[in-house]
Amino acid sequence: MANTVNLKIDGIDVSVEAGKTVLDAAKELNIHIPTLCYHEDLCVAGNCRVCVVEQEGARNLVASCAMPAQEGMIIHTNTHKVRNARRHVVELLLSEHNADCTKCYKNKNCELQDLASEMVINEHMFTDLVPIKNYTKDQQSPSIIKDDSRCIRCQRCVRTCSELQHVSALGVAYKGDHMKISTFFENPMYDVVCTNCGQCVNRCPTGALIEKNYIDQVWDAIYDKDKHVIVQTAPATRIALGEDLGMEPGEIVTGKMAASLRRLGFDSVLDTDFTADLTIMEEGTELLTRLKKALVDKDSSVKVPMFTSCSPGWIKFIEHQYPEYLENLSTCKSPQQMFGALAKTYYAQKKGLDPSKIVSVSIMPCTAKKFEAARPEMRDSGYQDVDLGITTRELAVMIKQAGMDFEKLPDEGFDSIMGDSTGAAVIFGATGGVMEAALRTAYELITGREVPFENLDITPVRGMEGVREASIKLEGLLPEWSFLEGVELKTAVAHGLTNAHQIMEAIKKGEANYHFVEVMGCPGGCIGGGGQPIPTTPEIRKKRAEAIYREDTGMKIRKSHENPEVAQIYKEFLGEPLGHKSHELLHTHYTKRKRH
Amino acid sequence: MPDKKLKRVDLIFSEDSVYKDVLAESLKKSNEDILKDVLDSGLRGRGGAGFPTGLKWKFTSQEAEEEKYVVCNADEGEPGTFKDREILSRVPLKVFGGMAICGKVIGAKHGYVYLRGEYQFLKAELEKVLDEFHATLKEIGFDFQIHILMGSGAYICGEESALFESMEGKRGEPRNKPPYPTIAGFRNKPTVINNVETLVYSFMICRIGAQKFQELGTADSRGSKVFSISGDTPIAGIYELELGMSLEDFVEEFGDGDTKAVQVGGASGFCVPRKKFKDTIIGFEGVPTGGSMMLFNSSRSMYNVLKNYVEFFEEESCGQCTPCRVGCQQLKLGIEAVKKGDKSAAYLKTLQKLADTMKISSKCGLGQSVANSFYSIVDNFVEEMIY
Amino acid sequence: MPEIKELVKGLADKHGRTRESLLPILQGIITEERFISDAAMTEVARELDMSAALVYGTATFYSFLDTKPRGKYVIRICRTITCDMKGKKQIIKTLEDLLKVKVGETTKDNKFTLLETNCLGWCHKGPVMLINDEAYTELTDEKVSEIIGDYMKNK
Repeated sequence: MANTVNLKIDGIDVSVEAGKTVLDAAKELNIHIPTLCYHEDLCVAGNCRVCVVEQEGARNLVASCAMPAQEGMIIHTNTHKVRNARRHVVELLLSEHNADCTKCYKNKNCELQDLASEMVINEHMFTDLVPIKNYTKDQQSPSIIKDDSRCIRCQRCVRTCSELQHVSALGVAYKGDHMKISTFFENPMYDVVCTNCGQCVNRCPTGALIEKNYIDQVWDAIYDKDKHVIVQTAPATRIALGEDLGMEPGEIVTGKMAASLRRLGFDSVLDTDFTADLTIMEEGTELLTRLKKALVDKDSSVKVPMFTSCSPGWIKFIEHQYPEYLENLSTCKSPQQMFGALAKTYYAQKKGLDPSKIVSVSIMPCTAKKFEAARPEMRDSGYQDVDLGITTRELAVMIKQAGMDFEKLPDEGFDSIMGDSTGAAVIFGATGGVMEAALRTAYELITGREVPFENLDITPVRGMEGVREASIKLEGLLPEWSFLEGVELKTAVAHGLTNAHQIMEAIKKGEANYHFVEVMGCPGGCIGGGGQPIPTTPEIRKKRAEAIYREDTGMKIRKSHENPEVAQIYKEFLGEPLGHKSHELLHTHYTKRKRH
Repeated sequence: MPDKKLKRVDLIFSEDSVYKDVLAESLKKSNEDILKDVLDSGLRGRGGAGFPTGLKWKFTSQEAEEEKYVVCNADEGEPGTFKDREILSRVPLKVFGGMAICGKVIGAKHGYVYLRGEYQFLKAELEKVLDEFHATLKEIGFDFQIHILMGSGAYICGEESALFESMEGKRGEPRNKPPYPTIAGFRNKPTVINNVETLVYSFMICRIGAQKFQELGTADSRGSKVFSISGDTPIAGIYELELGMSLEDFVEEFGDGDTKAVQVGGASGFCVPRKKFKDTIIGFEGVPTGGSMMLFNSSRSMYNVLKNYVEFFEEESCGQCTPCRVGCQQLKLGIEAVKKGDKSAAYLKTLQKLADTMKISSKCGLGQSVANSFYSIVDNFVEEMIY
Repeated sequence: MPEIKELVKGLADKHGRTRESLLPILQGIITEERFISDAAMTEVARELDMSAALVYGTATFYSFLDTKPRGKYVIRICRTITCDMKGKKQIIKTLEDLLKVKVGETTKDNKFTLLETNCLGWCHKGPVMLINDEAYTELTDEKVSEIIGDYMKNK
């Protein structure tokens, strides 16, 4: 039995594990204490003070999020004193805050607004400080907008950026009335070490950090009769979109999402999962080729371990923090960008369309995808390969704008071509998924047998551990791969950039000896992406991941190389993995960026 | 000059020719004996908060950690206080001595003096004295190293947990408590943090015994205290006085004959108006102070005094917690608006309620104590706030 | 630029390269340069292998770690009520006249910056000011003219 402490909250006895806080204990009793700076993913700050409660015998109120539950404590959560203090705290925050809610992207999705509404604050008690504050709004990044006038200084973003992502592009600067959340020297987000991952956006309780939205641009494209607007949907969107449309976390809405996109007016509803399968073909082949060159040919110019390259947050992280490892990155573009390059070439040819008339839209769980789409090197089709990247959240807004009752939509499929996919592709959405998909294909490619895991589920690479390792002994290989006979293929998986940092340091110090490493920039992988519905918490991530694996299990085909459209595109257009055409359209290079 | 009614004490600044012997002898005593003396003396922290020093030492000594620290809080920033500068420039060896004795009791090998940036000019001399002190310790055969770290102009770093953050190279933002420093202080290790003056008294208690110290002062406020006296007084300066005096006696001795109010304890302390001098005791049973005594005569505008304090807090708040960061700004704008007539006098009540909230819901002592001066000045000089 | 690099490297060699070294290093830059430029902060971030935003956030927290250009001599006048009562305003006026700058500004020759600061701990001897690390107490117009004259001539 773990050590427990007994306390009383609002007259009710409760026992909790030692080390839990008063807030945790109140939750056990289903007593709601309002919070702002608190977030389940982050260490406790205790700075907003909205969660204060009264503790008998204490001179002052205590912050329930930061106060350890102690034996014999008597807590009151709803006294006159407590309500007054909370009211003051919210009033004070409002006085510093640009409360012009109808001009705010987070209108109706704002924790401060919720509290103000709950407290029925119709008239402000204190002087409006906004006019004297010289607040700035940074809109230069293609991914994230930082509007200081909406900031309540809870520091969730700062803690996210340092604790979860080991980036610290955002910090706290100055003190007293000048205290603010700031980048280095107050430079634009675009010009600092920000990875655009959007984890801060996902945790900002107000509209201070938001994605740059392209909703109107997408509508404009759809309404433009001259344009052929196609849309691709990332694996992790289909298990989270429902959350923003009244459904529970963990519900699979692939079919409803396809239906909604068609009703929004997209000319063709396609799937990033198709290029996820294609990525496996290219990346798997690249891995085996690298291994041959490195292990057999002893070619020292070929770098091992190979890192995955699907996550644009991770790419920007490594470009800033570990540029000496850029050659270890797979040269494969991310599925979004492979799709973009093929949309204005292969798809255009097959459909007889003028690529200049195609508008290519992507629905992504990610804010970094916006930056990725805008990279100057992502124009191999001769045009910007992906024109507009929008998040799961932005799509939900569009669906609401169109007046759809999402839950009642029928399940529909994707269009063809570039709409077919496999279970291997959908698991790209969860941490470990790319690794699992790659192993399913690569192992079979070199042995002629399926991976030796029950029902193809490579469980060692699944889960929410920050860093996971797995190895597979390569035995009984086909003759053409016999050079790998007996090799123990060592792999690792990391998600969230703090874990990526950990793995990179281990590699740098020579403490880790991997062949293949999957890194996803966001905690949990894309299911926990910066563009996913708010809130995202450990429990919600777990439900989304379970949904992803359910979706995989339910698919007819579960291995990328068995995707018929993939076979077709190699036959009709690309030739072979890593071939000339692939090289031209599906692979890329990386840029060293400043470390500080 | 009127008769000096208040009892002068000479413990802190007394030249101590037998300083080395005292240190050597104290370091030979058992930890229990030293603790007993410090506990029995009734010494309470001289920085302002008044936590019993012996208990702090005892709690820290009981922690099982190998690594522990003694920290001397020399981040004297409270407006109206200047005693620590004086102590450090006149009797630094006694400060270091107190640190070493504390180090022995709690089992620490390292001590740190966190000296405010405004006192940078003291550093070179202190380091010289420190060399001498380290040589003495070597002679005695006690393994203890003292280091001097500098602040850089942040009042909040006088708050103990903010001070640790600053020592660790971070922004001086107060931590959540618990845990307290005796369990998790500098580098999250058990730490005794004492004010400069407290450490000298600890040293002197080891020299003169608990009994002699205890004979001074009152039941709640044992011993004497160094006062920093400034403002409208003909004899501003540093005075070591027995605790427990009435403010009336104090003003009689230090006032200029026209004292209308005394701010006891600096900007974070209380303003006492003339009519309450008689009933106000200086000490933990009455109005506590870290030593700052600012006298104001009838020519002074208490509105200006309050505004000066609130501006000070507005700037020196670390800014992390809502009540303190925004509350200070609102208090300042609020009194300005009332004075200008932009807001009605009733708004002062709203502000006082806000000050109440700051007192009970701020994260640290800074935000909690803004209400002290705000409340007491507005309450006692309300007409000066309006007209 | 190269000098800043050298300076920061020297300070890091002296104080170490952990987070705890950050304040001593920043203080060392102030001693030499009177302010910490963005280039200096980038160097510190590089030497300590830490985020530049955190270096910036830490520096801006401390009033004496100026991040805006300052003169060779930074004058800080105590603005606490006791110094105010002893004639601080007049002293500021005298300084403004002597230096031909307002509070917050730096002289054209980059020699002096005039600032106000919170309690300097000399309340019994106000008004008081710091020039860099040196304290000057019980200021009068004459005394200030003398002190500044001396700095102008001899330093």
